[in-house]
Amino acid sequence: MTMHPILAALRKHKAGVVLIALQIALTLAIVCNAIFIIQKRVDMVHRPTGINEDNLFLVTQQWVGAPDGDDPAGLEKLDSMQQTDLATLRGLPDVASVSPIRSLPLLRSGSVGGIGVKPLQQKSTVDANFFFGDEHMLSTLGLKLVAGRDFTVADVQHRGFRDESNPVLTIITKPIADKLFPHGDAIGKVIYFDSGSSPTTIVGVVERLQSPVDAGDSGLAWNSVMFPIRQDANFARYVLRAKPGRLTDAMKAVTPALYAANPMRVLDDHSVRSFAEIRARAYRADVGMAILMSVICLILLAVTAAGIVGLTSFWVGQRRRQIGVRRALGARKVDILHYFQLENLLIAGIGAVIGILLAVALNLWLITRFEMDRMPVIYVVIGVLAVLALGQAAVFVPARRASNVPPLAATRAV
Amino acid sequence: MFGYYLELALRSLRRSRGLTALMVLTIGFGVAASMTTYSVFRAVSGDPMPWKSSKLFVPQIDMWGPSGRGSDGEPPNAMDYTDAMKLMRDHRAKLQSAMYEISPSIVPADAGKHPIHVAGHAVYGEFFPMLDVPFKYGSSWNADDDAQRAAVTVISGKLSEKLFGSANSVGRTVNIEGRDYRVVGVLGDWNPQPRFYDVVNNGSGFATDTEDVFVPFLTAVQASIRNDGNTDCNVSQTESGFVGLQHSSCTWIAFMAELDDAATVTTYRQYLDGYAHDQQQAGRFGWAPNNRLRNLPEWLDYLHVVPSDTKVALLVAIGLLVACLVNTAGLLLAKFLRRSGEIGVRRALGAPRLAIYAQFLTEAGIVGLAGGVLGLLLTGMGVASVSWVLPRDIAALARVDLSLLVLTLLVAVMATTLAGLYPTYRAACVQPAWQLKSN
Repeated sequence: MTMHPILAALRKHKAGVVLIALQIALTLAIVCNAIFIIQKRVDMVHRPTGINEDNLFLVTQQWVGAPDGDDPAGLEKLDSMQQTDLATLRGLPDVASVSPIRSLPLLRSGSVGGIGVKPLQQKSTVDANFFFGDEHMLSTLGLKLVAGRDFTVADVQHRGFRDESNPVLTIITKPIADKLFPHGDAIGKVIYFDSGSSPTTIVGVVERLQSPVDAGDSGLAWNSVMFPIRQDANFARYVLRAKPGRLTDAMKAVTPALYAANPMRVLDDHSVRSFAEIRARAYRADVGMAILMSVICLILLAVTAAGIVGLTSFWVGQRRRQIGVRRALGARKVDILHYFQLENLLIAGIGAVIGILLAVALNLWLITRFEMDRMPVIYVVIGVLAVLALGQAAVFVPARRASNVPPLAATRAV
Repeated sequence: MFGYYLELALRSLRRSRGLTALMVLTIGFGVAASMTTYSVFRAVSGDPMPWKSSKLFVPQIDMWGPSGRGSDGEPPNAMDYTDAMKLMRDHRAKLQSAMYEISPSIVPADAGKHPIHVAGHAVYGEFFPMLDVPFKYGSSWNADDDAQRAAVTVISGKLSEKLFGSANSVGRTVNIEGRDYRVVGVLGDWNPQPRFYDVVNNGSGFATDTEDVFVPFLTAVQASIRNDGNTDCNVSQTESGFVGLQHSSCTWIAFMAELDDAATVTTYRQYLDGYAHDQQQAGRFGWAPNNRLRNLPEWLDYLHVVPSDTKVALLVAIGLLVACLVNTAGLLLAKFLRRSGEIGVRRALGAPRLAIYAQFLTEAGIVGLAGGVLGLLLTGMGVASVSWVLPRDIAALARVDLSLLVLTLLVAVMATTLAGLYPTYRAACVQPAWQLKSN
């Protein structure tokens, strides 16, 4: 079949052709940018935190009328209250292990500080998230130690929440070790925190531990350090691992047990949270955005398909007589079908070419305006294939109706 | 004549039900998607105090110097204790307040109840008139209470209800962190979003829970009620504890001042620079003054309180609406041109072009109206379901109100009529003689 009759016919419907092509172009531009954004969100949500998230939960509680911990006596009192809580929690039948903790990945609340390689270094070499806990911290979180050793009971100290003096020992994540000690010999080396003057010795390296704060994909997201320190304040957080399959029971048992140990405290609905809950909350905006974008994309594709069906149906109705003439002159049903399919391919192709330009322009504009990344070519390729396939699928029903027009239609007036 | 066009339009729409349904659906979905995202956008980008926001200012003082500045050279977003106290003592603005976030526990008088945890702020008495905070009972505390570190408090209506029932609780006492405070005021319905007076301590600027308790700033400091918000340090605290924090250059205090006209803004700016200059002379700052004084809208913009996500979503939704309009234009074109014969007859019988315009734009308008009504339903569903996909603090703000309803209908009708312009123009161009002949 030659293109000539198709082009000749399209010339008679310029406005309709332009409108369909324009719509396909817009659809392509929007859909491939949206899919790119969705894909980025999905990737971000699926990054592993480095901890074993199953059966893990967090308890946050506050004591009422507790000493403020600014004097040594108050500090000791707070620590003994915390020790009591830890013993209570460790005694629960469904709990496998417990550690005091300052924060957890994705909790959106944590402390960040700088690391230097020299004492009193003004500009830090690298920034890191601080995690505080005891000798059970690594095992409770399920972190993977790649070098050195875990903290031991003898390493663990306790001190005030706002005591910022440099810790003695630390375990760091691999990205920090690689950055500060590229030769892989971080164990036993000393570093300095927050421009301090007293050294902290690295005893271990864990593979991965994500930041509590929303650091996106910056280095801070994976730069974490852990200290064998129980922090004393008028509030405390505990991370607990339930025995396999006992998460719900373990979580239910916590509040009554803690109240029984000491009723002068605040525990409310948000005090006991599973890690799954923390994760869902942290990524809610990202997941929501991805869902919103997907819905808009689906509507857009449906609308475009509907538009193609509508306009092609109209054209089929208009050309019944001509189709009848072609059929009477010997064209097969499949020729008529192909005619409309080819016509649609042509229009969709023109639309796709304009759409590619629009998609790239939109992406560039989003980059300058919203700090978005450059879209890989693959998204445009997939987008083009998708709109061409959509066009073919949409045109099939009216095209088949056209192919069913009997040759007799040639003899009838419209 | 309009009635006649209406009847013609309805008859024509009824004749090709499929195409009509397609157009109505297209418009409905397009309008609903853009209106739903717009409702979210409107909720997060709204001015919390349109009548006063341009008079509220947030001063920033560069107490950290070059080593604490970001790559953009901006000073810290919050204040340390020294500077905040100096600004409060100098009292150069009409109204001003230093403030910090607290989250104390409250022990109910009823011994059988467990203590509860509340959120709030330690503020100066001027905070309330400055932000036009509505009171249900009582009022704010006065300057003397601030100075004398009085144990007074302003609580939310919700907390008052919880502790004392529906009665006026002014004069009653509340046990906050183990100390009794006399209630001087109970707030009316007040939960501004974004939490504009202390954006830095609210992450994205939006807070899920309400603020239940306000206590005088100096009273809270004296009672050692810790700050629950962010603490940022350029240099580690040398002394430990809350007192150490007050002596450090760590930032943890938000500040807001009301400056009513351009002259007072200039004067205040000079005052800030003068203060920084004095500190430089005194040797505390080793750098030239680098202060900022932004009004509330500028401040919210600077801190990116409107999530850029919502802007992108709005853009995509508007793109969808445009695509829907192009689609509708195509369908209307097909529909109108199919009736070239009818148009030819009308024109031949003496109808002017204007009459053709009126007839077909009426038809487009009806499609738009129907699409708008469908769009209303879908927008309602959309807004209801954003709470399901978006974070609660943002989704809670999105709601359907009269202006959104009117806007939805208006957008649908206007947009469809706009989309109908070209097809109508083509319809009006139909040559009567040619049409009559070809039939």
